[in-house]
Amino acid sequence: MPTTRHDVVQQLQARLAGVDSMDEAALEREHVHVLGRKAGLLTAALKSISQLPIEERRTFGAELNQLRQRFESAFEARRRTMAQTVRSQEDDVDLTMPARTTWSGGIHPVTRVIDEIVEIFHRLGFAVAVGPEAETEWLNFGALNFPPDHPAMDMHDTLYLDVGGDPPEGERMLLRTHTSPVQIRTLQASPPPVRVVIPGTCYRNDTFDASHAPAFSQIEGLAVDEGITFVDLKATLIHFAHEFFSPDTKVRFRPSFFPFTEPSAEMDIGCLLCGGSGCRACKGSGWMEILGCGMVHPNVLKSCDVDPERYTGFAFGMGPHRITMLRYGIPDIRMLFEGDMRFLSQFGE
Amino acid sequence: MNISRKWLEAFLRQPLDTHDLTERLAMLGAPVDSVERSHAGLSDLVVGLVKDTQPHPDADRLSVCTVFDGQDDYQVVCGAPNVEAGKRYPFARVGTVMPGGFTIEKRKIRGLTSYGMLCSAKELELGEDAGGIMELATDADPGTGFLEALELDDECLEIDVTPNRPDLLGHKGVARELAAGYGIQFRLPAIEGDYPSVPAPVRADGAEGTTGGVRVAIEDPEGCPRFLGAVIRGLTVGPSPEWLRSRLEAVGTRSINNIVDATNYILMELGQPLHAYDLATLRGPAVIARRGVAGETVLTLDATERTVDGDMTVIADEDGAIGIGGVMGGETTEVRSSTRDIFVECASFQPSRIRRTRSSLGLSTDASFRFERGVDRWAAPDALRRCLEIILATAGGTLDGDPVDVWPEPTNPPRIFLRPARVRQVLGEEIPWEALEQYLVAIGATVVSKPDDGRMAVDVPGWRPDLREEIDLVEEVARMHGYQNFSSELRPFRVGRLPDAPSDVAARAVRRGLSAEGLYEVVTMPMHRGEGSESVPLLNPLSAEEAFLRRRLIPGLVREVERNWAHGVRDIRLYEVGTVFRMAGPGERPEEEIHVAGLISGRRHPRHWTDGGHSGDCAQWDVAALFQRAVALANPAATVQVEGGSWVAVSAAGSVVGRTERIDADAPPWAAPVYGFEVVLDPAERQSQRYRALPETPGSTRDVSLVLHHDATAEAVETAIRATRGTRLESVEVLSEFSGGDLPAGSRSVAFRLTFRDPERTLRDAEVDKAFRRILQAVQQQVGVAPRGVDGGAAGE
Repeated sequence: MPTTRHDVVQQLQARLAGVDSMDEAALEREHVHVLGRKAGLLTAALKSISQLPIEERRTFGAELNQLRQRFESAFEARRRTMAQTVRSQEDDVDLTMPARTTWSGGIHPVTRVIDEIVEIFHRLGFAVAVGPEAETEWLNFGALNFPPDHPAMDMHDTLYLDVGGDPPEGERMLLRTHTSPVQIRTLQASPPPVRVVIPGTCYRNDTFDASHAPAFSQIEGLAVDEGITFVDLKATLIHFAHEFFSPDTKVRFRPSFFPFTEPSAEMDIGCLLCGGSGCRACKGSGWMEILGCGMVHPNVLKSCDVDPERYTGFAFGMGPHRITMLRYGIPDIRMLFEGDMRFLSQFGE
Repeated sequence: MNISRKWLEAFLRQPLDTHDLTERLAMLGAPVDSVERSHAGLSDLVVGLVKDTQPHPDADRLSVCTVFDGQDDYQVVCGAPNVEAGKRYPFARVGTVMPGGFTIEKRKIRGLTSYGMLCSAKELELGEDAGGIMELATDADPGTGFLEALELDDECLEIDVTPNRPDLLGHKGVARELAAGYGIQFRLPAIEGDYPSVPAPVRADGAEGTTGGVRVAIEDPEGCPRFLGAVIRGLTVGPSPEWLRSRLEAVGTRSINNIVDATNYILMELGQPLHAYDLATLRGPAVIARRGVAGETVLTLDATERTVDGDMTVIADEDGAIGIGGVMGGETTEVRSSTRDIFVECASFQPSRIRRTRSSLGLSTDASFRFERGVDRWAAPDALRRCLEIILATAGGTLDGDPVDVWPEPTNPPRIFLRPARVRQVLGEEIPWEALEQYLVAIGATVVSKPDDGRMAVDVPGWRPDLREEIDLVEEVARMHGYQNFSSELRPFRVGRLPDAPSDVAARAVRRGLSAEGLYEVVTMPMHRGEGSESVPLLNPLSAEEAFLRRRLIPGLVREVERNWAHGVRDIRLYEVGTVFRMAGPGERPEEEIHVAGLISGRRHPRHWTDGGHSGDCAQWDVAALFQRAVALANPAATVQVEGGSWVAVSAAGSVVGRTERIDADAPPWAAPVYGFEVVLDPAERQSQRYRALPETPGSTRDVSLVLHHDATAEAVETAIRATRGTRLESVEVLSEFSGGDLPAGSRSVAFRLTFRDPERTLRDAEVDKAFRRILQAVQQQVGVAPRGVDGGAAGE
């Protein structure tokens, strides 16, 4: 312990000179040793001022305070230098080495397409409705204005279920061939105005090949209210095509036939591959069929106890699998039913 | 339906551009699936004019010709006896590829170079004549395309006809639509050759009549409402003339003989199937349309014996059934080359009966295809007359008496009333009365009058069985107006009243959640092999492997794991959200549930170089966490418990709604273990989450290592800890587990961290210590577990 004020100052000044070369631990020790609240040299010296004659207090006090400031800034400077050193050491590593990752997952491309379609129709005031996949013949065909023994049934190669009992004609159970039975269920359960989109799995007795799957998804839409017309159908679906594909997508409607709509139409869009000049994908026509649609047939409204003289509506249906294949350029529908990680991980979030 | 462009041109009497035709047909509702050029292999041939011909100096049978192709003269050595200067022949120049596939080359024939070939009909596959080169009866300029010059430059358009439009199953119907589109008239093409005019069929009284000595009777008026027939005697069966043959070949129908070709021509032109019988083989002679008798057999034209039933209409003579009405004729009465006298049938059959007949016989023909869609019965007399005219023109013979028309219950096509206001209500645009009238007339309807009530009375044409109600006419108006001519302005609308289906909302949340856990969604086929008596079988499965609907999702996912292994992929993380089915009562709708399932196998984290390549494989703890997450998302009311060797989710009602599984799969040696889970999606609407106030007071923690012997479980310890009342315990956490060392065998030390907090005030150390001691006592008393050592405060881990 220095005995004179001069000794104290000299000793402190000597220590101050050493700060610049200290490592982190030494710096902490030195901080405690000099400025520590309980036993720091400088702290003790400052405390001792009160015992000095009054005329010495001021000059010595000023000297010590100056020293304290110099120590503080020396410590601060040393700390900053060391932090920079650490950072520059970090900068030294090879940052081109791979980062540390976690597993990423993802929603199936077909589901993503469905979600996107649903989102567009959400903005147009449609809600999502769903229904069972095992249906009666009546809900799948009869209520939808399919005449019995009519060639229209050929468009729907049906898978029937063997559920025992001896169900009468019309009550036999089948796997729905389209999501349209949910139109009936929705209209029966809820009076107009109705605006719903119906995503779901449908089934056909088709051999599984590059372009057909015995189970596939469909998304259907239904709008029923007073005053709904063919103009609304066109406008809504053109809006959809512009939102989903691109605002400059060409769209055309041409006559078609579905038992549950009249007038019926197919909506085509300008070929996504050739842009309309004609290619193999569009069979040279420049157009691609994207959805079927039409004004809800009065007989369908009648089978739901909705007055067809008061209410009109439109309906549409499309195949998300085909749209997914077009959008991502997937050549074979079977890939969409396989859990190949190499395939699925291309569609991660 | 195959359509020939030239056949349509004959109807419309103007050249048609195939591209324009394709566009128009699409916009009229009959899109073209494909276009095939006829005789595409002959497109390189040109008309060659032989200017001069000289004998070959070194060969008796060869001549050396100078052939002009419009630009140059070529020396051609020709072996045909009929080559003559000044005449035109099909000329294949050097480089032309012939129908057989060989390319014409410059070659030396007996010392003289021949630059090309003059061709015979056989060489061009246009006939059997190989005796000489094909002399062209044309004055087309030399160099003109051979196909153009012979008007063989046709295209066959395959159009996709929807089941409601049987009128488009003949060229006349397509021509009618096009004529309406072009705003021009159309008429039947002329029949080439000489023939006497055929009188109109004579209506028989009741259900029976005669023609040419043949009795014609309808005994099944429901199945066969109208039956016309005629007899031609003394004809000669033989090859068809070129015009008839080429018409049929242009639409892909093989020419057989002049009689069969005449009926096929009418089929393709008017859509009316007809049938010719060898009169000599008809017993009676009579032709009777009646119901089949159960067990009765018919030997059909395809040489197959078919058993009929009472729902089918058969054509019979006095001895028995000789054909299946509207589907196929019989072999015994077939027209042969020796046939001299024939009976021609032109009948109408009931569509749904034909459909049932052809489906139960498994025999679909051009005739059944049209009859089940509806053939214009009012046009049958014209179809019969035209067919008879073609036969008389091509096979000779004479008509024996007037054709007979048996039609016991004549009907008219329906009259429909159309309200212009209804047109506006459905189509959204005002279409003036005159336009409505014009559109309906264009499709062949008759607008009968303008009644006072503002409705339009419309008599629809017989060829449009699809027009039955007012809405059908609204569609015709829209079609003729052109869909493209309606506005597409988005008008104000009312939103629906329904909320999103809660099960779909929940399924979407599950997908987002599990994708965020690093799993990929997969969609698998819902048809499997059966799994016990509750599996729902298909009546008409695609294969035995797909004969049942799935009961659960995991088996389908396991197959996908194996697929990945087959590709050498080891890290597999998949999930599916899908419907599963279970048998309900007999005849009842199967029960459906949405399930959520996932499978993981392989490394817990992607490989990283800082791990030294050892990040460890997924274990049961990983699937347990995923399971808890899946249950929280899919079935939030359920609780996860340990049962047996796995975790299960138990619903509030106490039933098991999910479980984890260690999967046994067909794994290669390098594969990691597979863990899976499956949980039922609760379709109920989810409770919305509530905010819990954040703590404003500090918590205190106490760590303790408890020695668990044998059967003691962490869950039992935690239950005992939590059961101790009045401790202000907030949470219990497991920090670590240790066994070995100085611990007795079968025992392990588990470190717990307990956090205490009072929401109102800061707890004093003494209070926390006291509560902690009480808890340890309770644990010791209830579970028999004692601390290994006690650490106070927030000790490090």
